[in-house]
Amino acid sequence: MPVDVLMPQMGESIFEGTITKWLKKPGDKVERDEPLFEISTDKVDAEIPAPSAGVLKEIKVAEGQTVPIQTVVAVIDAAGAAAATAPAAAPARTEAPQAAAPPTPPPAPSAAPATAAQASQRVAVAPASAPVAAAGAPAMPRRDGQRIHSSPLVRRLAREHNIDLAELRGTGAGGRISKKDILAAIAAGGSRPAAPPPAPTFAPPAVAPAPAPPAVPAAVPGAPGTVVHVTLENAVPRERIYFGRYEVQPMTVMRQRIAEHMVVSKRVSPHVYSVDEVDMTRIVQLRDRTKNEFEKRFDTKLTFTPFFVRACVEGLRAFPTVNASADGTNVVLHKEINVGIAVALDWGLIVPVIKSADEKNFLGLQRAINDLAERARSKKLKPEEVQEGTFAITNPGVFGGLMGLPVINQPNVAILGLGAIQKRPVVIEDAIAIRSMLYITMSYDHRVVDGAVSHQFLQKVKKALENWSENIL
Amino acid sequence: MLEAIRQALFEEMERDPAVVLLGEDVGVYGGAFKVTAGLLERFGWERVIDTPISETAIVGAAVGMSYLGLRPVAEMQFIDFIACCFNQLTNFVAKSHYRWGAPVPMVVRGPSGGGVHGGPFHSANPEMYFVHTPGLKVVYPSTAYDAKGLLKSAIRDNNPVLFFEHKFLYRRVKEELPSGDYTVPLGKAVVRREGRDLTMVSYAAMMHTSMEAAEVLAKEGIEAEVIDLRTLLPLDRETLLASVKKTNKILVVHEDTRTGGIAGEIAALVCEGAFEDLDGPVLRVTSLDTPVPYSPPLEERFLPDVQRVAAAARDLARY
Repeated sequence: MPVDVLMPQMGESIFEGTITKWLKKPGDKVERDEPLFEISTDKVDAEIPAPSAGVLKEIKVAEGQTVPIQTVVAVIDAAGAAAATAPAAAPARTEAPQAAAPPTPPPAPSAAPATAAQASQRVAVAPASAPVAAAGAPAMPRRDGQRIHSSPLVRRLAREHNIDLAELRGTGAGGRISKKDILAAIAAGGSRPAAPPPAPTFAPPAVAPAPAPPAVPAAVPGAPGTVVHVTLENAVPRERIYFGRYEVQPMTVMRQRIAEHMVVSKRVSPHVYSVDEVDMTRIVQLRDRTKNEFEKRFDTKLTFTPFFVRACVEGLRAFPTVNASADGTNVVLHKEINVGIAVALDWGLIVPVIKSADEKNFLGLQRAINDLAERARSKKLKPEEVQEGTFAITNPGVFGGLMGLPVINQPNVAILGLGAIQKRPVVIEDAIAIRSMLYITMSYDHRVVDGAVSHQFLQKVKKALENWSENIL
Repeated sequence: MLEAIRQALFEEMERDPAVVLLGEDVGVYGGAFKVTAGLLERFGWERVIDTPISETAIVGAAVGMSYLGLRPVAEMQFIDFIACCFNQLTNFVAKSHYRWGAPVPMVVRGPSGGGVHGGPFHSANPEMYFVHTPGLKVVYPSTAYDAKGLLKSAIRDNNPVLFFEHKFLYRRVKEELPSGDYTVPLGKAVVRREGRDLTMVSYAAMMHTSMEAAEVLAKEGIEAEVIDLRTLLPLDRETLLASVKKTNKILVVHEDTRTGGIAGEIAALVCEGAFEDLDGPVLRVTSLDTPVPYSPPLEERFLPDVQRVAAAARDLARY
């Protein structure tokens, strides 16, 4: 029976993807969860596993093409009634180095392909399954002109016959252009000029993706909420924007997504802000005392972030409505506590998520934080690592500000902002002391969270930080 | 193949009185594998010499004999023992003509290779130590016809030639040989099987394994060209490159261990001479990088077999 293979949604604010490489060709046998194709989005590059076992019947979207999420990109002829339960090991691929299997979210999501009607596609990775290359595996060359996988013979023949390899679809291993393909191209057209005339059988070379309006995820039928359609509007007529000397910089796709997200978040969630201040002296001293030993023993940097995550977890446990989402007239209380950590990138901003932050010990949190931040900066995050957050933390203080008033990361209902840690004179028991102080701010969605809850939450976080007693070594 | 070698020795000793044999047990005993049986009776003790157990002495004496106008054929009872005369071979035999203008028209021959449960000291493939030595020639036939013709050419060649006889093939490879004198030239490989999808290059026992693998592949629609190197030094570059230009893919199969085996040399040659004709990487199937195991199941795992060769060829053909 035919099974649709869909373009998955790599992150909450990602609405399209570009197919960079097909790992199988029509007629090939595929196992469930075996890597089937590779995509690139503005946040992550990823290898996408086949949703079921069978034979790849048809590829509907060629390499280099960008399509909205949920688009059917291929069809698999599934063998028998259901996909195999135990995923077989994928055949060894000698080209790319294999990363270790990614950590799975605790309840393993079903691997059945979502129907087009579902608002969010779950891309599943079975726990002890076939090796999945790290997202953005550097060994795989892209087909957008950076490097075309062929061979010395193919390149020579292409040169001799003036054929542009970017036009050809490869049928060799891993989609490379093989001798068969180039000979067929020569036989079909003979020598041709380098400028490619568009031909239906060839994949068009992928250039930097033209900004397409984001796909509107279909509304879930019968559900209470609807999705906001996003287009970026101007507040003033165009003529008022262009005057004198100026330079126009088209937004990168990531920038557009960020812009759209911010507009939507502010429009949908009524933002209210609470501010409190925290005496971080105890933690600052603890960190100074133990930093070197910690780094020596555990080979990972000791930052302030795991302290904050810990404190937030206490707050979220005590006030479950802060660890929630709104769905129309329903409040969805998340049982998972998945804390997102906002990471500033050279080219934008991304929020990788620490899953089950409440189940990690201090060292586990620190390692997860450092690992996610590093991979965020090198664009090696996996799609599931920027999804399913229930709360977020951001640190505008790192760039010097006293405090920041962040935009809520949808579909959360709150976000914690951390200011800079500064020494200030404060009053303690009617005496003035110099303490390391920090302003914490919380932006919260007043549909779900009220002021009282917000302030109490902050107090909990504050107390957890000020009374830190856990031994971190 | 054993009988073919014996015939070659017999015929050459008949043809040229300068040809003498020396080695351990070659005379009275007729050789550990009976290669030299009957030769003492026919040619006498001055031309079939039983030596002490000293490979250095055997080869050193052979060098002296060549200086005096003889054409000695020295036997290593098992080729593994050639390590004992490494100095004589590399510093005297190989360099004599270059350094002193004194040619050494001798042959060093012996049973080599594994697959007979001989263990690490009786199963070696030491050819690469000598392929790496300028001044020598290295020959390693795979058929009875070639063994006879190449040994004759080796004896007639004025250069020192190392002649490796794969002991696994001694009694397993037989063919009807033409009567009369014939030789097979040194330094020329031969295409044993024509094909178009990939080239398999091999020698000695693995040549037969490769041919078997080629049959397996043919059933799957993959036509492999099989080249038998026959001479390892000098390598027949022309035949190799011509085949790569034709099939664009090359797989080297040798029983020698992986690291430093001739596959690396061939890969470099192919890159230098036919890079733009390659439609895939140069691959190799070889024995593992360990001493030859004595335990039969381990030796089986150590050696390349038809399955492994066919699998590698399959992957390459589909690349």
